[in-house]
Amino acid sequence: MAGANGECQNGAVLDQWHPLGAIDEAEPNVVHVTRLLGESISFAVTPEGRSAVWRTRGDLAAGMPVDPESVAGTLPSRCEFLYVWTSLGDPPERSFDIPEFFEPDRRNFNACTIGLRTSAPRAVENFLDMGHFPFVHDGLLGSEPRTEVVDYNVHVDGDTNEVWATECQFWQPAASATATEGQMVDYVYRIMQPYSILLYKSCPAAPERMDLIGLFVQATSEEHCRGHMFLSLIDDESSIGHIRRFVQTIFAQDVPIIENQNPKRLPLDPQAETPIRSDRASILYRRWLSDLGVTYAVIPAA
Amino acid sequence: MTADPFTMWHPVASEHDVPYRHVHHGQLLGRELAVWRADDDFVNVWENRCLHRGLRLSIGSNDGTELRCQYHGWRYANRSAGCTYIPAHPADAPARTICNRTFPSVERYGLIWSGESPVGEPPTVDVLEAGTPFGLRNLPVHASAELAVRHLQAHRFLPSGRLGAESAAMSVEWADEYAVALTATTDTDDGSASTAVFFVQPVDSGRSVIRAVLAETPAASEQMAVLRHHATELNGLVARIEAEAALLPAPEPMVPVLQQVPLHLAEVPEAPSGRQAALRVQVRRKWETAAGVAAFELAPIEGVLPTFQPGAHIDVHLPNGLVRQYSITNGPGETSYYRLGVKLEPDSTGGSVCLHETVREGDVLAISEPRNNFPLRRDSMRTILLAGGIGITPLLAMAQSLDRMSLAFELHCFAQSAEHTAFSDVLDGLGESVVRHLGLPPDETVAEIRRLVATPDEFTHVYVCGPGPMLEAARREAAEAGWPDDHVHFEYFKNTTEIDDSSTFEVALARSALTVTVPSGSTILEVLRESGVPLPSSCEQGACGTCVATVLEGEPDHQDVYLNDSDHEAGDRIMTCVSRALSDRLVLDL
Repeated sequence: MAGANGECQNGAVLDQWHPLGAIDEAEPNVVHVTRLLGESISFAVTPEGRSAVWRTRGDLAAGMPVDPESVAGTLPSRCEFLYVWTSLGDPPERSFDIPEFFEPDRRNFNACTIGLRTSAPRAVENFLDMGHFPFVHDGLLGSEPRTEVVDYNVHVDGDTNEVWATECQFWQPAASATATEGQMVDYVYRIMQPYSILLYKSCPAAPERMDLIGLFVQATSEEHCRGHMFLSLIDDESSIGHIRRFVQTIFAQDVPIIENQNPKRLPLDPQAETPIRSDRASILYRRWLSDLGVTYAVIPAA
Repeated sequence: MTADPFTMWHPVASEHDVPYRHVHHGQLLGRELAVWRADDDFVNVWENRCLHRGLRLSIGSNDGTELRCQYHGWRYANRSAGCTYIPAHPADAPARTICNRTFPSVERYGLIWSGESPVGEPPTVDVLEAGTPFGLRNLPVHASAELAVRHLQAHRFLPSGRLGAESAAMSVEWADEYAVALTATTDTDDGSASTAVFFVQPVDSGRSVIRAVLAETPAASEQMAVLRHHATELNGLVARIEAEAALLPAPEPMVPVLQQVPLHLAEVPEAPSGRQAALRVQVRRKWETAAGVAAFELAPIEGVLPTFQPGAHIDVHLPNGLVRQYSITNGPGETSYYRLGVKLEPDSTGGSVCLHETVREGDVLAISEPRNNFPLRRDSMRTILLAGGIGITPLLAMAQSLDRMSLAFELHCFAQSAEHTAFSDVLDGLGESVVRHLGLPPDETVAEIRRLVATPDEFTHVYVCGPGPMLEAARREAAEAGWPDDHVHFEYFKNTTEIDDSSTFEVALARSALTVTVPSGSTILEVLRESGVPLPSSCEQGACGTCVATVLEGEPDHQDVYLNDSDHEAGDRIMTCVSRALSDRLVLDL
């Protein structure tokens, strides 16, 4: 739901924590300007990794030096899981947890931030979808004729109200930057917030553990967004550049697809599109968005 | 009164916008369209939206018969726009009829005409009907159709043969809301004149496309100059139209209503139960092996295919949701694929049509493991194989096995003609053991069968597969000649018996210590499945023999064609998919 200036009036979305950018990609003590939910938002970080976020104003223009801790009239903000987060409403004390992030042998970094001409939920739903791998990511995440999506389980966690899709499996010719041959890969999907999703994927380097790939989406307007690709990997071998190139190749393959969906906002009416069994995760995601009262960047069910 | 643009025909593309294997992105009255020409020259005008996830079909691929969505590989058929293949679920989808939205299309004057819900036929224009229409370049305009039509009435150009003239007299032949016809005449002595019709496609409230057609095709040597002249003049016109449009307030874009999918499609279908399709194979090769018979080589996606024996069949779970049985035709040692032969039966319920028309090389199919309910004995001195038409398929596997083992056999192939004989190349390799009976009328076929089975022999076995009347004849002739039942083996394609399922009875399962009631309208197989007793099945019409159960007590009401008369009389086996009980209670060894 948008206000007169395209601004968000939807409490369920305003009260969420939203990512604005990667902490270590923002020059410290300088004003950075971005957009969130139809508004211009500015932020700055200290060299120590503390943040300030405020509605953009004339006296603090993009690129100006600033002491973040001296800015008055700020919005709620936190630096967590690689990104600066803010909220335009009344956010919860905690957003979500990623315990694996703190394991000492993991490499955590932002793989890329990519602007998308589509709604945030369309980007999340694409991230949640295995059926497109052989067609959009041919030779990397899938390959014809291994097109079958075997049945998996979905549920909403009663304690955290997060959407989970478990026991997902898909055959992949090059599942990761280190993969050298095809394999069945185990996936678990977890949607923590309306526009934030994490993927747990079997890890080639440590069979008992999982690599984490997150897509934290910043809804700049109802039909535009920026996707921040979060990685938490167990991989001592690959260079960060190599991993980034791999992830960016995948993401770049998705862009022309999700920018060509019509309508751009995610329709929540069950009769808007045609689900099949492999879409059980997105069915549940859409229902869950309805139940949360999300009306921004979606077409609510009548 | 202004005509309703939603009930009118409009041009949505030019012929050259829709070459073969291309998908044109069009738009009319705000609605996006995917316009594509199939190899049979039918031009499809569809909503530019895959029903699955709303992806634009204009970025899909046109293979000449179907449009494939780029996102999940769903395929939609030429003309009907029905979905024929969903790669994510090769075993069971799309059992439901998923159909994209289509709009009518007509080709006329080098243009593709369509509309939201057009009434009648596209307009006929006398000057174009009488002439030799010649399409000019299309010009998109950032202005409403109304503004474009208004400016077009003052448009100027020169007659085709007088491009060097200073000017021409212009007259408006006619004009309506979306078209203007103009004639240019030079006032030289011969009064040279050209007429052009300018159709305006209302793309959206503030956008349109001018599609101009000259009434007469210029001489080949002048065409380039004529095209260049009109392009120059129309570019000037478009600049004037857009200059005026820029002064007007931008109109709100039109918002086309996207249709809802039917309620039954909005629900996620249940996983299929019952017949299982454990294997995934890829169609490695598909070819026409005889008139109306398609052959398929199905190769494993990974690993090796399960072992089969001559006479075995597999269930093929088709993309349209049907399950059909086909015999494996392979000879011994041909283990890297299963080869099937499928005769097109246009009157059937859609199994063969789907395999012939929809399934293609590269597709993934779900199939069952091979089952053999038509086993070949290899301990007889001689084997007679009688094949009617496509009934050759199981017997072909048998013949190759017998040939490899140097066992005496005759394979009699009854077919309409040589062109109708499937797998001729394999038959040729079997040499003189193959006897072809081509083009025999029914009475001569019966006479030939009578001759072939005239002498019963305890060291000979007979195997018959073919259409129902041929099987009945072979059964009758063999019995009359005195063959014991257990020396004559049949495989039916289907059971044409009218099934009577009106009785109600009890079934007790001796090993499971379970008693269930089979009500009228349900089969033993269904009731056992509902009670959690899994029983394999295949054809589910009493022809293939897969769902057999041993009868310990009670009198079966046989309605199958798999068991022979002696089996029926013995009453110790029952086909649970169609047969029932004459007694109140059956005890089965399950």
